[in-house]
Amino acid sequence: MLHVSHVARIAPGNCVDSLLHALRQRGYMCIGPTLRDAAVVYDEIRSERDLPIGWADEQEGGSYRLKKRNDEARFGYTAGPQSWKRYLFPPSTLLMKAKRTPDGFTAEAPGEKATPHAFLGVRSCDLNAIAVQDRTFLTGPYVDPTYKARREAAFIVVVHCGQAARTCFCVSMETGPMAKAGYDLALTEILEDGRHEFLVEVGSPRGAEVAGELPSQAATESDARAARRMVDRAVAQMGRAMDTTDLKELLYRALDHPRWGNVAARCLSCANCTLVCPTCFCSTVEEVTDLTGDHAERRRRWDSCFTAAHSYIHGGSVRPTTLSRYRQWMTHKLATWIDQFGTSGCVGCGRCITWCPVGIDITEEVRAIREDNRGKGH
Amino acid sequence: MARKPKLAVWKFASCDGCQLSVLSCEDELLTLAGQVEIAYFPEASSAVVKGPYDLSLVEGSVTTPHDAERIQRIRAASRFLVTLGACATAGGIQALRNFRDVKEFISIVYAKPEYIQTLEKSTAISAHVKVDFELRGCPINKNQLVDVIAAFIYGPAPTVPPHSVCLDCKRKGVVCVMVARGIPCMGPVTHTGCGVLCPSYARGCYGCFGPKENPNTGSLAEWFARVGTSRDEVMRVFRNFNSDAPAFREESERQEKLS
Repeated sequence: MLHVSHVARIAPGNCVDSLLHALRQRGYMCIGPTLRDAAVVYDEIRSERDLPIGWADEQEGGSYRLKKRNDEARFGYTAGPQSWKRYLFPPSTLLMKAKRTPDGFTAEAPGEKATPHAFLGVRSCDLNAIAVQDRTFLTGPYVDPTYKARREAAFIVVVHCGQAARTCFCVSMETGPMAKAGYDLALTEILEDGRHEFLVEVGSPRGAEVAGELPSQAATESDARAARRMVDRAVAQMGRAMDTTDLKELLYRALDHPRWGNVAARCLSCANCTLVCPTCFCSTVEEVTDLTGDHAERRRRWDSCFTAAHSYIHGGSVRPTTLSRYRQWMTHKLATWIDQFGTSGCVGCGRCITWCPVGIDITEEVRAIREDNRGKGH
Repeated sequence: MARKPKLAVWKFASCDGCQLSVLSCEDELLTLAGQVEIAYFPEASSAVVKGPYDLSLVEGSVTTPHDAERIQRIRAASRFLVTLGACATAGGIQALRNFRDVKEFISIVYAKPEYIQTLEKSTAISAHVKVDFELRGCPINKNQLVDVIAAFIYGPAPTVPPHSVCLDCKRKGVVCVMVARGIPCMGPVTHTGCGVLCPSYARGCYGCFGPKENPNTGSLAEWFARVGTSRDEVMRVFRNFNSDAPAFREESERQEKLS
């Protein structure tokens, strides 16, 4: 529920340049939504004009199309092909460089000299996904230094959703469409009856400093109600749902379910679902030697449980079939993740549905297993 | 170091594009010449050093009785044999003959068909001799070639993963052309290695590197048909530079029956 606190402000619809200016003054590189390759992607934002002003998207299983809106919304789109993991857990990271010397070799770890990023337009599902990845990379005995440096430096500007895609199901996963905590600033873009303003909520002291530099005035109860109506609209538009009741136990009982064979007949084991997933964190380590044999590099790169190499151990791949790979991914995401990290690995962003080249729908697969199990009296 | 390893580059039925990729290693070429003895490479030099050879790179497919014998001699003279590209690895574009009667082609194309000695099928090098490593692509990727040669010289396994093109599109940040633009793309069933060339320019993947590991061609073909690609076109996207790679051949034959 939105409450008007002493820090909530109302700012004009064209306040983004002021926001960018305030962030840049503090040394942040601003990363936000922009149009490229027929989609809304995240890239450096230098001015408000870089935003996808007046653009929306239509999504379905295996399909994403940009569509013009009839207003000047700055954040009028839903979750796109990329998530923020691209900036917190980069696709390729140099881990080590080695050089041959007369008496052996020297190794050098380059370390992380990250430019601090300000993430502009973080959706609630993705903010929850960052919290999920925090558990993977920042807790336990092995803290990931690359992720840690980037994560601690990041300034987060949430934009609560005012619309949802046909593939969204954050309501089912209790991860949105309104972010509850974990941001520096949270905006709600109010678009109704010719009105275009942002409700600005503050979530941290540095957020308060930046908010203080926006052209704004104190928000009223009426502003908060208008913001609430925007979020309610997104809830009403939620295109998918997943029944999570006893989901972990359901999947543990269903390891031999015939549905895995059904989905394997459609699944391409192409890895798209895992790479667009904002919580998937698998990587591989590659070593390359140059032709002189005097230099070697070790890199960490995004990987996926859908490749044969991912489960390759002495003697072969543990998961040679598509059936075993899909089952591994889905049961990890929705069941074993809970045992491992104390939370589901799914935030309901729907990217795995939209960006599956053949439109495989995780909510539909769960439904099929659940319904069939019911029929058997489980 | 003891004597430098002897490298040979051999040509069979092919367009020479993969050999040119060796010459395109401009920055690395002098280093390569310093690390290995380029003993036989007619495309680059007329100087010929006799075998045996430590590493033979073989371009092209076997299409004539003469070549079927020649590859045996090359294998016998080579410690390691690596094939370069779609022709040597899967028969190449000329393997389109494998789906038709080659005698009919000869009678139409040549004024004196009796002068032509050719085999019924264009076949991969691995159909004739043991191959130590197959480098995919039409043409090959020069960085992968350098990596394979470095791996041969120094020992570690080359970094030539057999997963889909999609994984590299996502790493590179290229938006899926199939999902965002409705363009049929072979990426989900194709072996990576090209650096996602076509999707980077808003084109669908042509499958130049052949089937990836564990390809589900049937599911992708059904999706192509579902989004409005005719069966004949679906058949043709699988019947391309790697038409004789088993997974693509079987799918194109299935689509041919449906068209």
